[in-house]
Amino acid sequence: MSEFFQQIINGLSLGSIYALIALGYTMVYGILKLINFAHGEVFMVGAYGGYFIATALGVDGYEASGAGFPLLLALVVLVAAMALSAALGVTIEALAYRPVRSAPRLTPLITAIGVSLFLQNVAMRLFTPNPRRYPAILRELRFELGGVIITNIKLAIFVVAIGLMVGLQQFVQRTWTGRAMRALSLNMDAARLMGIDVNRTIRATFAVGSALAAAGGILFGLDQITINPLMGVLTGMKAFVAAVLGGIGNIPGAVVGGLLIGLAEQLTAGYLSPDYRDAITFVILVVILVAKPEGLLGVVRQEKV
Amino acid sequence: MSAALGPRKPRWPLRAGVAALTIAALYAAGLGVQAGLIEYVQRILLIAGINVILAVGLNLINGTTGQFSIGHAGFMAVGAYTTAFVGVQIAPHVASLLGSGSVADAVTFNLALLVGAAFAGLAGLVVGLPSLRLKGDYLAIVTLGFGEIIRIVFNNAQFLGGATGYNGDSAAGLPTYTSFFWVFFWVIVVIGLIRNVTFSQTGRSLVAIREDEIAAEAMATPTTRLKVLAFTLSAATAGIAGGLFAHMQAGIRPEDFKFDKSIDMIVMIIVGGLGSISGAALGGIFVAVSLELMRDLQEYRLVLYALLLIVIMLVRPEGILGQRELSFGWLTRRFARKEDA
Repeated sequence: MSEFFQQIINGLSLGSIYALIALGYTMVYGILKLINFAHGEVFMVGAYGGYFIATALGVDGYEASGAGFPLLLALVVLVAAMALSAALGVTIEALAYRPVRSAPRLTPLITAIGVSLFLQNVAMRLFTPNPRRYPAILRELRFELGGVIITNIKLAIFVVAIGLMVGLQQFVQRTWTGRAMRALSLNMDAARLMGIDVNRTIRATFAVGSALAAAGGILFGLDQITINPLMGVLTGMKAFVAAVLGGIGNIPGAVVGGLLIGLAEQLTAGYLSPDYRDAITFVILVVILVAKPEGLLGVVRQEKV
Repeated sequence: MSAALGPRKPRWPLRAGVAALTIAALYAAGLGVQAGLIEYVQRILLIAGINVILAVGLNLINGTTGQFSIGHAGFMAVGAYTTAFVGVQIAPHVASLLGSGSVADAVTFNLALLVGAAFAGLAGLVVGLPSLRLKGDYLAIVTLGFGEIIRIVFNNAQFLGGATGYNGDSAAGLPTYTSFFWVFFWVIVVIGLIRNVTFSQTGRSLVAIREDEIAAEAMATPTTRLKVLAFTLSAATAGIAGGLFAHMQAGIRPEDFKFDKSIDMIVMIIVGGLGSISGAALGGIFVAVSLELMRDLQEYRLVLYALLLIVIMLVRPEGILGQRELSFGWLTRRFARKEDA
């Protein structure tokens, strides 16, 4: 039984990382109806950003000083990496997506695939394809609770992820920018006529989504210990499936979807076969697309002709 | 015009004659290539031919029908593994019937290719049925996922060699059946097939789906059925390309069919023009040749491809040829006029 709870704990912490990334997919899709393939790479760049900032600040592998890395510096790393990724996301939007925004839907999709490939391969050249050991931004502490091992890292992942998600929800519901985002996702033309600055709002969407992905990247590095330039491909895809599972365009849905995908993956790895941990995500995707394409929390929108 | 009024002459003798001439010319060209060109150039020609099959097949679904598959490497893998496996299994039986020799090899190879195409088509059907009820970008991500699943399955299939790959369970590896003649024989078959579908009533319906799915549906076009049909056909041609690819070398590995391969295919059709058969074919040749030219830049290949994709999308999203065809149309029209006179 304790093994089962262990899998649940691992699944929830992995799932909250997926949820953070899924939020970026879902926000962009909600507004632009674009699968932002490059989002997985923004996540990867966020992880590397955290890696280099932490290294520059003096965290060297796992030989962190006895006191551990001070919490404040950990926060600095997190925020700096988030800012870096936000800048990247906004740049991608301005250079690659804005020029093709009004083109048929496949054009931005192919552009997004191109951007994703470009970032992957530039990262392979810049960072080398070899995996890197993630700096110990937090020193690992272990607690045991009835045979279940919980580390402070898993707790931190959970706390940071939930905190950011609650913050996002408040942002989207309570601020003017958030309200503008919701208006855009309902009807972009009407929103423009109401005086909403469409470009600025889309920029904000990319910035927020990318920052969340960077947070996901750092947490991923802490959780999985190594990072590599292709880490965004599969993780990004899983996060996208999480967004679809929850109902794409729906923010609480992305969180629910992320947690469910994380759980499904861990349970598959634990009880079926680790070989199929990546395949289960796509099985879920196909099942959800056939059974309930609007997702768990999504609403069916009537298509207007 | 006078010919249209009188009883029409049957056209099959002409067509059979053209087909026989083409095969003879192809055979002669194959002998010439084998005798006259160094192996390196021959190999590029084979790769170019295989690419043409891949591109023309993918173009049916991505270009003509306007759906978007980015997991075609998976279907290619199904075709490659099936062809290789079936070929190894049936070779002794065919040899016992026909004696061993080039005839037996040809029969074995083409039977195996057909089975490979059938299995790839079946895989396409299985993927397409659920996902093609949905709009284009969902399909993209589903095909991507399926491509990965197919690869993971081959990676774990021990009777097909698992991650180390399949070499026909022999030290010598797979027999190299793939030759200039067979590659271009299948190029012609596939182009003919896709051309006939594209310019048939079905093809017009496919274009209608691309242009406006809702309007097509309102005109009673069975959109889902046609999309699944196009997808299955497209997957089957990728299977043929996979089979030809498999028997070009001693063995195949799951990593030959990674996402990169699907990207190569997308570059082919986007360079050539979405919705143009001749454009897709040119794109296939372009990728084969440019890969060779960039051999020294191997590490930067995908960077350049990515940039190429982005730039084409920004500057000329319909591809270089767009939907136009380079055709022999003017040639056949001339012949037709002479016949009338």
